[in-house]
Amino acid sequence: MELHESSLRELRQGLQERDFSSVELTTTLLKRISALNPMLNAFVTVTEGEALAAAATADARRAAGEDGPLLGIPLAHKDIFCTAGVRTTCGSKMLERFVAPYNATVVERLAAEGVVMLGKLNMDEFAMGSSNENSHFGPVRNPWHTGMVPGGSSGGSAAAVAAGLVPVATGTDTGGSIRQPAAFCGITGIKPTYGRVSRYGMIAFASSLDQGGPMARNAEDCALLLNVMAAHDPRDSTSHPAAASDFLRGLDRPLQGLRVGVPEEFFGAGLDPEVAAAVQAGIAELARQGAAVRSIRLPNNPHAVSTYYVLAPAEASSNLARFDGVRYTHRTANPADLADLYQHSRYEGFGAEVRRRILVGTYVLSAGYYDAYYRKAQQVRGLIREDFRRAFAEVDVIVGPTTPTPAFPLGAKNADPVAMYLADIYTIAVNLAGIPAASIPCGFTAAGLPIGMQLMGDYFADDLLLNVAHRYQRETQWHRTHPSLQAGEV
Amino acid sequence: MAFDQDSVRRTAHLARIALPPTEIPAVADQLERIMELVEELRAIGTTGVPTMAHPLDLDQPLRPDTVGNHDQREVLMASAPAADHGLFLVPKVIE
Repeated sequence: MELHESSLRELRQGLQERDFSSVELTTTLLKRISALNPMLNAFVTVTEGEALAAAATADARRAAGEDGPLLGIPLAHKDIFCTAGVRTTCGSKMLERFVAPYNATVVERLAAEGVVMLGKLNMDEFAMGSSNENSHFGPVRNPWHTGMVPGGSSGGSAAAVAAGLVPVATGTDTGGSIRQPAAFCGITGIKPTYGRVSRYGMIAFASSLDQGGPMARNAEDCALLLNVMAAHDPRDSTSHPAAASDFLRGLDRPLQGLRVGVPEEFFGAGLDPEVAAAVQAGIAELARQGAAVRSIRLPNNPHAVSTYYVLAPAEASSNLARFDGVRYTHRTANPADLADLYQHSRYEGFGAEVRRRILVGTYVLSAGYYDAYYRKAQQVRGLIREDFRRAFAEVDVIVGPTTPTPAFPLGAKNADPVAMYLADIYTIAVNLAGIPAASIPCGFTAAGLPIGMQLMGDYFADDLLLNVAHRYQRETQWHRTHPSLQAGEV
Repeated sequence: MAFDQDSVRRTAHLARIALPPTEIPAVADQLERIMELVEELRAIGTTGVPTMAHPLDLDQPLRPDTVGNHDQREVLMASAPAADHGLFLVPKVIE
């Protein structure tokens, strides 16, 4: 087993047995990043000096008798998490030179466990996108086929984990931004229950939907990371008092008697037949392990995308009002007056998709339209949550495809924002309801592109989703298949 | 037609985004497509359905009113595009 393909458990064992030090492990991965990142563009910033210093500190802690599942383990953060002293761009020209004065809670908690941050990962600007083509720093490429998108918005995180640049990474998910790139890149990712992971220091897009989570090569590694990421945080008023849990404890429970619901709405027109077949085979494996599978209905799921494209832009237009060109952002050259400074700084600092969503959000909140769009969408959001409530009275887990298609070519959907929005047709309802959902690898297309299966659970059933994913991965090899990458390949 | 070019100009002004006139027709088309997507919401029956603003039905918590933030003026101003003597500089507002 190569170091860059090892699980966290294997890496910890190697560190414990002194097969390698954290400095050696970190050096190996930094070399891999410098060889492969020019092709993949997964990293926006590589923090080589800080990483080697953190690795040396971790080695010293270990030499002094300390141990822990993440001590000396390299990782990288989506560039939406604030890092004191290291710039945080959120994929935007607006924040190209922004250095946060503090660490996000997620960054701080992981650092305290002794992780080694290798850098900051590329993303769609302000997490708005499903292909990572909306980044000011250029698109990320899919490690399985560099002509394809990695998904988004956490595309850098997914590509870095899939390519073996880091064993694990952080991501965030507002409408599918952990799960969709995890599916496109053949890795495992979970969007936790809303309120599990602190949003303090996580740059806001749509505050009632945003949630941070782990992205890794298997469910156990996700559980190890989530054990540290999930915690009540008094600095985030939406952090849940019962956020913390031990996600390893129930990981190995057998699936005998598990009630699995398969929503009819997830297998209709528009679903790629290869994706459908792989997900059906994945469901059959759960049944083989003793799960009772039945068909269910989520009748309001077809309204999720339209509901989301009222509510998320509305929240974004409010959250992004803070970027004014005065305090810590891009500023236009030679403004005529203060109004000119605001308007030109915002036009120049935001990319086309972010501007579009701010305009949609401003419009649906403006006088005369609030009831017709915003209030209406909030009511439909309630209907979508009720669908899940009814379903979870009868089943424990809902299973379906993560995405309607495998990864698509770079540039394929750029001209049509609505076509891009529909890439998240199966992931968005979960964010609207606030429930947890994971994506796990369940097969490949004939062309060799990964396919993801989505597991959805009731509020705070994150541990059950990781349990199902882990049992599935004990019997399957999809998550152990890695892309073959050579430096210089295009 | 929800999004004609006048609506784009008005909305861009509210959002404080200086859209160049040459971009307005294309932006109007894209926003019109997005509003067509969300238009289907109007046909959904929601009489008596309460609005859902948030996934968690929690009360807003309060924390003890104690001083926790300390003076970080220099670090907070380090990313400012223009600053002088601990102040953010902007174009002259009062003549």
